[in-house]
Amino acid sequence: MKYLDEYRDGKIARGIVAELTRRAARPWVLMEICGGQTHTLMRYGIDEMLPAGIELVHGPGCPVCVTSLETIDKAIAIASRPDVTLISFGDMLRVPGSHSDLFQVKAQGGDVRIVYSPTEAVKFAGANPGRKVVFFAVGFETTAPANAMAVWQAKRQGVTNFSLLASHVLVPPAMRALLSSGRNRVQGFIGPGHVCTVMGYHEYDELALEFHVPIVVGGFEPLDLLEAILMLVTQLEEGRAEVENQYVRSVTYQGNLHARKILAEVFEVCDRKWRGIGAIPKSGLSLRQEYAEFDADRLFGTAAITAEEPAECISAEVLQGLKKPTDCSAFGTRCTPENPLGAPMVSSEGACAAYYRYRRFAAAAKASD
Amino acid sequence: MCLAIPGKIVTSDVQNGIRIGRVQFGGITRATCLDFVPEASIGDYVIVHVGFAISLVDREEAERSYALLESMGLLNGELQSDLEDLLADK
Repeated sequence: MKYLDEYRDGKIARGIVAELTRRAARPWVLMEICGGQTHTLMRYGIDEMLPAGIELVHGPGCPVCVTSLETIDKAIAIASRPDVTLISFGDMLRVPGSHSDLFQVKAQGGDVRIVYSPTEAVKFAGANPGRKVVFFAVGFETTAPANAMAVWQAKRQGVTNFSLLASHVLVPPAMRALLSSGRNRVQGFIGPGHVCTVMGYHEYDELALEFHVPIVVGGFEPLDLLEAILMLVTQLEEGRAEVENQYVRSVTYQGNLHARKILAEVFEVCDRKWRGIGAIPKSGLSLRQEYAEFDADRLFGTAAITAEEPAECISAEVLQGLKKPTDCSAFGTRCTPENPLGAPMVSSEGACAAYYRYRRFAAAAKASD
Repeated sequence: MCLAIPGKIVTSDVQNGIRIGRVQFGGITRATCLDFVPEASIGDYVIVHVGFAISLVDREEAERSYALLESMGLLNGELQSDLEDLLADK
């Protein structure tokens, strides 16, 4: 564990911060995309170590947070059917839908189960042919190949009582939407390390070129993030806008070709509505025609369900880096991880939950000002 | 759910044409698909996301990342499954 000790003594971290201070002549706004990175930044107080002009805003990279309200409502409608077992990742259960959440459906007798892997859902379906087993498939490019494999497996094994409520989202189109917005403040991105472990980082070249914005793929440890920030600030100060890879331990330019192959076999790109952001063209994945028999939306007739998002929650602005969680009047009072108003407070990777966990005293002090 | 957790491959098997191994995370093991990392073998360390190994890492990297995730309290619930016991080794 010698490396952990190195992190804890902070010597290298201080060296990077000193170098950052030397190089940062102007103020810059940087965004990390991934919720796991947000968590590390808050946990280690990295935002507070940075030179005064360097501001970090937090992006839309928490799948739990960006799954649209109507998709949650669809999952609730499907899970409420007596003939269905709805299987989900654990942190989706407490995400508020329009009127309820999956946890309440379960408490009222609905058959809702938690798994850590979609392949368990296929196995369960195979062992329980009398149940209609629906897997609630959310996630970014990191998760999509796993869910693709589950569908592929079900088809191959003839498991006909398995289906997918798929709501996958893609990072590069979301970055494009943020950059195209007239309100955009972001001048450099820390790219999502595990999304790029799967997809590689070739997709980011055109964004860097078109919007003249530097993108540095970063890891998840404190020093990874500090190094990525240093690489971004160096590019910005030198007027460069390139795609660089800080997380070379896990990420290659082409990504994991085995995972990308199964993803392309089962899914195709589609338009997708994001919670708090709205519809983004070509920003999602849906089942290909050859796998339509596994589409829960089609099987259960939920495609027509739509929902309007409540006005009180400011998660839209938070997810676009326009506001901080602590700008919200409900933060830490009417909205807490135990009683979330909006999705970013639900998942541990959500920006609001990370702020609540590591900034609660600062937030409380601000609220009483 | 969006975490990727490093662990050590302790078994490797082919089930229904898919390579499945048990991967050890701290005190527990979980069935993990190894099809995306054909180069990995027993004793190797891999980064695992929702039951799929997505890349190989060295041991020091794996131990360091695991300890960090643990110290941030992010592992609680991440490996939770209502079905794990129900389906174990079937």
